[in-house]
Amino acid sequence: MQLIDCPWCGPREEVEFHYGGQAHVEYPAAPAELDDEQWARYVFFRDNPKGPFAERWSHAAGCRRWFNAVRDTHTYRFLAVYPVGGARPQIPGTRS
Amino acid sequence: MTRIDGYGRVDRTRTLDFVVDGTTYTGHPGDTLASALLANGVTVLGGSVTLGRPRGIGGAWVEDPAGLVQIEEPFPEPMLQAATVELYDGLVARGLNGQGRLATVPDTARYDHRHAHCDTLVVGAGPAGLLAARTAARRGDRVVLVDDRPEAGGSLVPADRIDGRAAHRFVADVVAELAENPEVLHLQRTTAFGHYDDGFVLALERRTGEARGTGVGADHLGAAAPADRSRRRVHRIRAGRVVVAAGAIERPVVFADNDRPGVMLASAAREYLHRYGVLTGREVVVFTTDDAAYLAAADLAGAGARVTLVDARTALPAERARECTAAGVTLRAGATVVGSDGDAAGRVRAAHVATPGADGPRTEVLACDLLLVSGGWTPTAHLFSHVRGRLVYDAGLGAFRPGAAVEGTEVIGAANGTLDLAGCLYEGAGGDAPSSAPEPARTPALVLWRTAGDSSRQFVDIARDATVADIERAVGAGLRSVEHVKRYTTIGTAHDQGKTSGTIASGITAELLGRPAGDLGTTTFRPPYTPVSFAALAGRERGDLFDPVRTTAVHPWHVAHGAVFTDVGQWKRPRHFPRAGEDPDAAVLRECAAARRDVAIMDGSTLGKIDVQGPDAGEFLDLVYTNLMSSLKIGRVRYGVMCGNDGMVTDDGTVLRIAEDRFLLTTTTGGAASVLDHLEDWRQTEVGHLKVNLTSVTEHWAVFPVVGPRSREVISAVFRDVDASAEAFEFMTWRDTELDGVPVRLARISFSGELAFEVNVDARYGLAVWERLIAAGRPYGITPYGTETMHVLRAEKGYPIIGQDTDGTVSPHDLGMSWVVSKKKADFVGKRSFARPLNSDPLRKHLVGLLPTDRSTRLPEGAQIVEFAADGTLPPPPVPMLGHVTSSYLSAELARPFALALLKGGRDRIGDVVHVPHQGALVPVEITGPVLVDPEGARRDG
Repeated sequence: MQLIDCPWCGPREEVEFHYGGQAHVEYPAAPAELDDEQWARYVFFRDNPKGPFAERWSHAAGCRRWFNAVRDTHTYRFLAVYPVGGARPQIPGTRS
Repeated sequence: MTRIDGYGRVDRTRTLDFVVDGTTYTGHPGDTLASALLANGVTVLGGSVTLGRPRGIGGAWVEDPAGLVQIEEPFPEPMLQAATVELYDGLVARGLNGQGRLATVPDTARYDHRHAHCDTLVVGAGPAGLLAARTAARRGDRVVLVDDRPEAGGSLVPADRIDGRAAHRFVADVVAELAENPEVLHLQRTTAFGHYDDGFVLALERRTGEARGTGVGADHLGAAAPADRSRRRVHRIRAGRVVVAAGAIERPVVFADNDRPGVMLASAAREYLHRYGVLTGREVVVFTTDDAAYLAAADLAGAGARVTLVDARTALPAERARECTAAGVTLRAGATVVGSDGDAAGRVRAAHVATPGADGPRTEVLACDLLLVSGGWTPTAHLFSHVRGRLVYDAGLGAFRPGAAVEGTEVIGAANGTLDLAGCLYEGAGGDAPSSAPEPARTPALVLWRTAGDSSRQFVDIARDATVADIERAVGAGLRSVEHVKRYTTIGTAHDQGKTSGTIASGITAELLGRPAGDLGTTTFRPPYTPVSFAALAGRERGDLFDPVRTTAVHPWHVAHGAVFTDVGQWKRPRHFPRAGEDPDAAVLRECAAARRDVAIMDGSTLGKIDVQGPDAGEFLDLVYTNLMSSLKIGRVRYGVMCGNDGMVTDDGTVLRIAEDRFLLTTTTGGAASVLDHLEDWRQTEVGHLKVNLTSVTEHWAVFPVVGPRSREVISAVFRDVDASAEAFEFMTWRDTELDGVPVRLARISFSGELAFEVNVDARYGLAVWERLIAAGRPYGITPYGTETMHVLRAEKGYPIIGQDTDGTVSPHDLGMSWVVSKKKADFVGKRSFARPLNSDPLRKHLVGLLPTDRSTRLPEGAQIVEFAADGTLPPPPVPMLGHVTSSYLSAELARPFALALLKGGRDRIGDVVHVPHQGALVPVEITGPVLVDPEGARRDG
């Protein structure tokens, strides 16, 4: 039972959180201008790296706020948490 | 009786009666079932699981691979080790043949969980752990100390001395110091059984002992348990630092016929003597490769046994040997035990001792009633391994011990491979370590996994009847990994999880493969360290507390009126309201007919409801619905559909505009939470600049659709100031009114195609308003209906249930709802996906109606749809599947069964006949449009 450091509530047990997939996948400004492949890349394609990965998390059973985190998908360690829209922390090897 | 005066810590002033295999025995408080049986001379207990060989007690605690019992009284419990069952009065047990029997009666005892947070958790209250806890507590840490035994002190014996006094005195002093510290939680009888991420440890407390005020020792108090007392408690401990001081477990050496009752670990015999005052044999052979067994040999001889010690080493530990000789022990150097004889009951009666000679080994038979074995020590490093700590082979120990440190976890004492008392004290207290008597230097242990002999009778895992021959077969079959050998042979998979057999199995496998044991490694330890009952894991979360049950304000009325309930998520919803003698189908047909011909009422309070507020609420809803919501006028209602980015329907419902900056939207009952999550996700992460807030108000409102041609009369009778005429109260509008001063909101929404009014009221007044509606409707024959009738009525109108008629691959267009997709809006969630080529494929599955042409078969939901080839027969397998039935009902209105289905290109095939396999036959069905009742919509205004 890992602890996840909610930026608003502090460390809480992982069961309180929902995973939201890869972070920094912005909704396209003008979807209509994208061709089918570009749109499909946005909708269906996500990275799946081994190592540090920028992800979306929601403190679903707590403050219900979304935040971003860099987590190592190999060790499960959270290396950083930061607000939605915030700059991605500089962590060597981070993908996405 | 083999109880020896002057030994042991049991309370001999009191006697406990217990029954095993039908015989009544006595023991004392402080005994385990095993010690009491051994004190009564009982050595055979049950048999082995596959070979049926007699089994006996082979250990003194959780390491025992045998000695299994089924508890019968006071409450049935399967497969416990007699060595770990604390004796209590009235205990009834039976020896087991490897398999237990679950209770067939409910367990009335209470189990619970408790959370603890600490700076330092120490596991094990032996010398190392006690001192680690004391050191941390003196430093000011908040400390939790757990130990699985009834008392602290670990494997200390009365002769041990610490800090210039008897070790037990010293232990009592440390325990007292910890007890005085309010920041220390010290729990005995508490097994840390699992270690997880970030210092999370689960520990099981056995809250056994004396039933309060009864003077009677008991484990399972059952119905007699005081309300404030649980039998077992799982402690969920979150620790900044975990110190594992769990000790070590002695390891046997494998020889032929080593599974007989009377073959025991040397440390166990020593423990039975010192802890329980039980001498486990009179004629004892001790077979060892290590120094520790000399202590057991000397102690047993001192208590009156005739002891012969057989050491496989040629160089004996000089001082230990002198002590043994002084105690009367006969020593044999360089000899091994290679077999045993048993008596008629299977008990050991002789050891075969082999001594190397110039012309080959010479074997002699030594009579004995107890054969002790000691092959060295295996550190109990399970909690280190649980958090992915790597165990490395230590050739000096002949065992695996903790390797590179794991952050937040320390392993000290015997668990770390430190076997001398002074070393354990130092690892617990560092420079503050108390003194202990000097110990003679250890003579290096000989690593010996097995002796010569017939491998098919050399038992590696006594609990599994698995022998060296089984490992030979595994290696012969090409298995090279200890993990594979474990699974092939089942060694280490029994109740004891290989506490005494795991290392040996690794060693023998390595030997057979001709590789060093260190290269091969050992199997990974996984929680739980010892078996934990499901009752303890469940704790209080059982019965009514297992999962929350949600009921509406009208629930008591439903119960009183005989509703048959169905679970919708956590909600209890009436499925139908049968009258006396009515079967479910008849009830639903009657309810449907009432809604279409007279008036009927449903409790729709479970509908998800989200209050959307803020100046940008309209813009936000335009983003998440496929149709335009910002243009909705105050006082009006609009149906809406939500899609994901992939353009597939995720939910639907109605939207009421309450004010310029306020909307109330409804979701499906099951979708309430996920829709709110979806909306929050978009609100927070994509359109954070919009001023809008979302609040779930599902529970706040009671909602009652009043449905049918006579519904207007019922509404008018209850809400006298409301003009419910079609002109004054238009379809898809809402208005507020009051009933005896209570605000009520009425809406002209219909999920049945009939004239209908939705009555919304603060849930606290729900039951009262419902009863008013029922009373007012009585002259019109108002009929309460449940979810099944709701489903039939909506299906007759072709209204899909999202999640039943859709499955995440269905677009609004597939449902025939192009009209709900805005062409005006520049963008909304899902819009771009509608332009993907796949979405214009004419062979996409469409929602259609199906009418079985025999007018009698109700198709099963989920049934596949197939069609004949041109020759009137099915195509050869695999027969192409055209789609499936999503909803299927009997219809009172149509007087025949009907169905909804998703069918490839279905809208272009209206009138075709296809087939549905059902009960071995192919049922012909005609494809229709999805709207089967009142397709022109003539009924909605009554």
